[in-house]
Order: sequence, then structure tokens, then C-alpha cells
Amino acid sequence: MRLMLPLLFLLALPAWAETVVLGLSQNEIAITTSFDGSEILVFGAVKRDVPIPEGPELEVIITVAGPSVPVMVRRKERRVGIWVNTDAVEVDRAPSFYAVATSGLLRDVLRDIEDLRYQISVPRAIRSVGAPMTITDASEFTDALIRIRTNARLYQLQENHVAVDEQTLFRARIELPAALTEGAYATRIFLTRDGKVVSSYETSIDVRKVGLERWLFSLSREQPVIYGLMSLAIAIFAGWGASAAFSLLRN
Amino acid sequence: MQIYLPIAEVSVNAYLLLGLGGLVGVLSGMFGVGGGFLMTPLLFFIGIPPAVAVATEANQIVASSFSGVLAHLKRKTVDLRMGCVLLVGGLVGAALGVVLFNYLKALGQVDLLVKLSYVVFLGIIGGLMFFESLNAIRNTKRGKAPVRKKHNWIHKLPFKMRFRVSGLYISVIPPVLVGLCVGVLAAIMGVGGGFIMVPAMIYLLGMPTKVVVGTSLFQIIFVTAFTTMLHATTNYTVDVVLAVLLLVGGVIGAQIGTRIGLKMKAEQLRILLAIMVLAVCGKLAFDLLVTPSEFFSVGAVGGH
Repeated sequence: MRLMLPLLFLLALPAWAETVVLGLSQNEIAITTSFDGSEILVFGAVKRDVPIPEGPELEVIITVAGPSVPVMVRRKERRVGIWVNTDAVEVDRAPSFYAVATSGLLRDVLRDIEDLRYQISVPRAIRSVGAPMTITDASEFTDALIRIRTNARLYQLQENHVAVDEQTLFRARIELPAALTEGAYATRIFLTRDGKVVSSYETSIDVRKVGLERWLFSLSREQPVIYGLMSLAIAIFAGWGASAAFSLLRN
Repeated sequence: MQIYLPIAEVSVNAYLLLGLGGLVGVLSGMFGVGGGFLMTPLLFFIGIPPAVAVATEANQIVASSFSGVLAHLKRKTVDLRMGCVLLVGGLVGAALGVVLFNYLKALGQVDLLVKLSYVVFLGIIGGLMFFESLNAIRNTKRGKAPVRKKHNWIHKLPFKMRFRVSGLYISVIPPVLVGLCVGVLAAIMGVGGGFIMVPAMIYLLGMPTKVVVGTSLFQIIFVTAFTTMLHATTNYTVDVVLAVLLLVGGVIGAQIGTRIGLKMKAEQLRILLAIMVLAVCGKLAFDLLVTPSEFFSVGAVGGH
């Protein structure tokens, strides 16, 4: 069976008579000093060699995922009267940002088995394997991660958010919050019929700090000693300058 | 106007930061304290990660103390010898503090450590100041002069040294220990530690009041500069943009605060300061005691 699967995929490929032609309002997001979140417009068309197939309508799912890093989820418990972090579970892979936009309700446009294969929905995009033996309710930790990041608008599920015209043109707006981390944001488009993925397309959006932000950030990581000395010098100068300016103003 | 802080990686309102700096500046000018112990908790409240708040505050304190020390040096109210002894302890303490800070950060307990330290120290200092100034007010009403002990156990310790400016001949052990404690606090809490050091210098070491502030500022500058460097090189948590914004507000606020402070009585000022310290302490203690709305928190793996 294991050997058969890739073969089946190969056989299935030519059947993808519908492919995605994609446009992005911007394929690069610059984090400047005044960065306060951003919005990207993902739009595109479905290219076909054959007429629109009969049967269930074409649905579109768009996902945007920030870089994945392991995170530590900690739980507080009351110890001697105060709330202290006790248990911790490491989630091996969690995107720093993840948005799913769909043209219908997620459960209607995507079957579970397809979700499992392509890792589309938010819980599937997170991977957590080994929780310590002492923790029996590891799923609570991943649920908490999703809850916290959903509240911070870092994880979004936007159902009925992709507009599809004539089963050919589609577009969606994805909102990016102000607290973004740098990296390549993988953007995936899935076309589904009857809950099955019929075609997919992947590209990436580059999110980068630019200008002063870039310069300070890299200096602090690559030359921490110089950065530290510079911070001290700038701060002393600014403090001295502000008090000098104030006393000039007073006289 | 929103501004994205490059190291903290959060977007905050620049005017809010200038305002906070100004407000804490006014208070620090009024009471003659550094204000780090108020600023750091305020930064927690507006959503700056605690590690960044502590490291950046150390950077800001260097700058805000700098002009103060220059003024005191001009007036010759700095005991350089005592300052250097305190500094030796301070540098060792700061290094120990950063090691402890990084160890607990890896364990996920650094927020607790910082907040608990605040609750304990603000509680003790605030309480002591409150009762001491209440007594002082009562005594001045009755017309009693405050009495100070001249000799205590401090004078029996070895390694004595003469401090001419302070007019003292005492062992170097107590000042080194005082410096050490202040250094640890500077690294963990992001404070200068003046609020611990000034009372310790007056009541424990018996230094004359006129050289206390200048000498403590002298020690604070070097200890916080060292702390800034340690945090910048081990944790990468010093945000210079944040520091400069707080500083500009703070320096201007301090000038206004000094003017207000001159118009008030010393006892009234101290009791007000005590109430403020206790209020910050109460808020932090309340957060530790009350059942949180979210039991879980998300952090980086391995403390970086």
C-alpha cells in the first residue's frame, strides 16, 4: 500500500484539468518603524483545458502560514497561594501566524481525510508529538495555544471569506496583525470539489524588517557588544540632549 | 502614532511611551528616585515582554542618571572611594543576577521571579517608608528632633577603610554587600536600586545625607551600564528605540517634577512616595493571587 500511494498520485495528476493562476497585491511585506499590520489581497483565476465539470461547485481555500518554530506552552497552577507555571509541553511545530480563508463552511468544502493529507485547518497545521509522561491531557496545551493565538488574531479561520465568481475568479483579503515575525509566509491555494482537493498551488510572501528596523535587529544579533555600547551611547546622548534642550527653553 | 519596536517585536503607540516616560519622570523628579521600579511594571502592563522591559529599563536608567551625576560631581557631593567599593559589589551582583535571570528564563519562571521580587521589595520599602514618615510627621508636631545612632555592629567588622568625603572609617564589607544586593536587583528587576541603596547608606553605613544621592547615582550608572551590556549580549533584549522614547519623556518630566518637589515638605513627599510604592506592589501581588482568566501561556523554547 505504501508503494501504491505515490503511484496513485501520479495517476491522479493528469486528471487535474483545473489549475490556479495567482495574483497577490504584494509579494513582499516590509516591517518599517511605523508598521501597524497589513492586508494582502490574494486573487486569481482557474485555468481549464476543458469546460466546467458538472456536479458539485468549485470551492476555494486559501492558507497563509508564517514561519514555524517550536513553542513552549506552560500551565499555571496555584502553589502556596500564588499562581505559578508548573507543567509545560513543547509543541514541535507551530506557525507564528496562520490564516485559513474558505469560500464556504470549512466542513462543507473540505473532507477530514483531505485536511489530514494537506494539513489545512488550524489544528492540523500544528504538530505536537512528545508530551512528558507526567502530562495526560496534552491536547489541552495545543488547544490553549490555538485559543491564545486566535485571540491575538494570529490564527484566523475566515469561513465564507473567499469570493468565487463563475467558478473561475476568486479573491480574498487576508489581514496581518502588527505583531508579525520575519520570514517566508507560505501561501497555498486549494481548489476543492465535493470536499476533495482537485488542484493546489503554492507561493510565498516575504515578510521582512527594512531600513532602521532591519539594521538595529541584525546589529543586536550579529554584533551584540557594539549594539549594547551604541544603545548606551545613544541613550546617554538623548538624555543629556533632552535636559540641555529643556534648560535652554527655560532661559 | 504607532511605532514598531525592532527588538520587542510589538507595535505600540509612541505618544503613550513618551507619556509614560513623562509621568514617571515627573514622579522621579518630585521624589528624587530613579523611577525604574515604577517604569518596569508599567511596561509589563502595556504588553512589553518582561525580559525586554527589564533590559531596556537598565539602559534608560544609565542615561537618566548621567546628567544627575555630572551635577553632583560639579558640586563635589560624590564620595568616589565609597562609590568604587559599592561598585565592586554591584558588578559581581549584576553578573550573578543575570545568570539567575537566564537560568529561570530557561525554566519558564522568570516572570514569576521578577514579579515576586517587586512585590517583596516594594512591599518592604513602601511599608518602612510609610511608617517612618508617619512617625517623622508626628515627631515634628510634638517638636522632637530625630535621633540617629552613631555606633553599631558595623563598626566591629574588619578590613576598615577611610572614606574622607563621607567622614567615615568603616569596614568595606557592608558597602560591598549593599552593592552586591543592588547589583542583583538591577539585573533581575530592571531598577537602579536607589530606593534600596539610599536608605542603606544613611541608616546602615551612616553616610552624611548630602553625599548619598550623588554616590548612589555614581554606582548606579556603572552597574546598570554593565547590566545593559550583559542583557544585550546574552538575551538580545535591549530595545534602543523603546529606551530613547521613554528617556525623552522621562528627562522632561523629571525637570517638571523637581520644580513641584521643591514646593512640598519632605515628610509629605515621602509619605506620597510610600503610598505609590505600595500601590504598585498591591497591583502586582493582586495579579499573582487572583485566579487568571487564562491558565496557559506561550513562550519560546530554551529561553531564547
